[in-house]
Amino acid sequence: MEYLIIIISAIFVSNVVLTQFLGICPFLGVSQKMSTAVGMGAAVVFVLTLATLVTYLVYYGILAPLHLEYLQTIAFILVIASLVQMVEIIIKKISQPLYQALGIYLPLITTNCAVLGVALLVITKNYNLGESIVYAISIGIGFGLALIIMAGLRERLEFSNIPKAFQGVPIALILAGILSLAFMGFTGII
Amino acid sequence: MNQWQNFSKGILKENPVLVLVLGMCPTLAVTSSAINGLAMGLAFTFVLTLSNVIISSIRKIVPKIIRIPVFIVIIATFVTIIDMVMHAFVPDLYKALGIFIPLIVVNCIVLGRAEAFASKNNVLSSLIDGLGMGVGFTLILTVLGMIREILGAGSIFGYKFIAPTSDGILVFILAPGAFLTLGILMALNNLYKNKMSNKPKNN
Repeated sequence: MEYLIIIISAIFVSNVVLTQFLGICPFLGVSQKMSTAVGMGAAVVFVLTLATLVTYLVYYGILAPLHLEYLQTIAFILVIASLVQMVEIIIKKISQPLYQALGIYLPLITTNCAVLGVALLVITKNYNLGESIVYAISIGIGFGLALIIMAGLRERLEFSNIPKAFQGVPIALILAGILSLAFMGFTGII
Repeated sequence: MNQWQNFSKGILKENPVLVLVLGMCPTLAVTSSAINGLAMGLAFTFVLTLSNVIISSIRKIVPKIIRIPVFIVIIATFVTIIDMVMHAFVPDLYKALGIFIPLIVVNCIVLGRAEAFASKNNVLSSLIDGLGMGVGFTLILTVLGMIREILGAGSIFGYKFIAPTSDGILVFILAPGAFLTLGILMALNNLYKNKMSNKPKNN
């Protein structure tokens, strides 16, 4: 039951992009086409889960026993940056198809604030290891969901006549606002 | 380019939020009131200016190949400093800004300026560049916060000008309001720019 609440609230009620404002840059940047949105969503789920697992272990295995909690920001960002690079190298070695599907998105993910954000949130919320992993996966799915919906909407937007001043980012933001309004309907289901 | 141009380019011409569309996460997340926007902007300016200064002063010693991790560690150090200072002296603001203080580390503007400007220019120019970009960012965050606070809560910098029992248009303080307000603000900026670029032709 605990896990179910975490899953529902992370995907719908407090969606990472639309209500928590994490990962806005890739949300606006790679939501032009459906195929790239799916690839980016999958890459984020993968990296987010792995990064949360590793930073959780770093925090409770190294930083907490040594009372170095104040170093968490520095430690986490270095761990995430090197982890992403390592994942890229490993995937390239073991699976070419997977690399071709996810490869180009991986370098972009280091600067996705959702990854560092979730690593820090898990510590603030005092989740245990199981809850942290479930939370990370759900946040990733929530991100992918928002990205895919947005890509679907923007593909249709291509055919509509937008006032000149609104073309590009402004209309995408307005669209995200309406989408966020729709997601507010989920408030209260838990 | 003289130093004044170097400073003022961050405010409108190369404004990090309106023109470069960088650092969107804190821009949208913390601007539910003017004071939060201002505080976030100042914290950001502190980090950007000091990391620019340090990075440009060590730019000749750092080997090219490992420069990005070095920059990130320097930025993360200043973020940790401002994080602790705010935690100690302004706990209420610290709570309101929450996770977005440590997230200054992954703000694309900071690393972007380090890579594009501070690693190539002298200390004084980098200092001024950091200040200019910081002021531009702070300005947008404060304006955005003010608009949302006026519409959403009927107050400005916490001073309420409508009847204390009544609410404003609540949606502007909530998440959708952030997207809508920034979208319209950007469209206005585009409109202004289009007008400006059309003018010389008419004359």
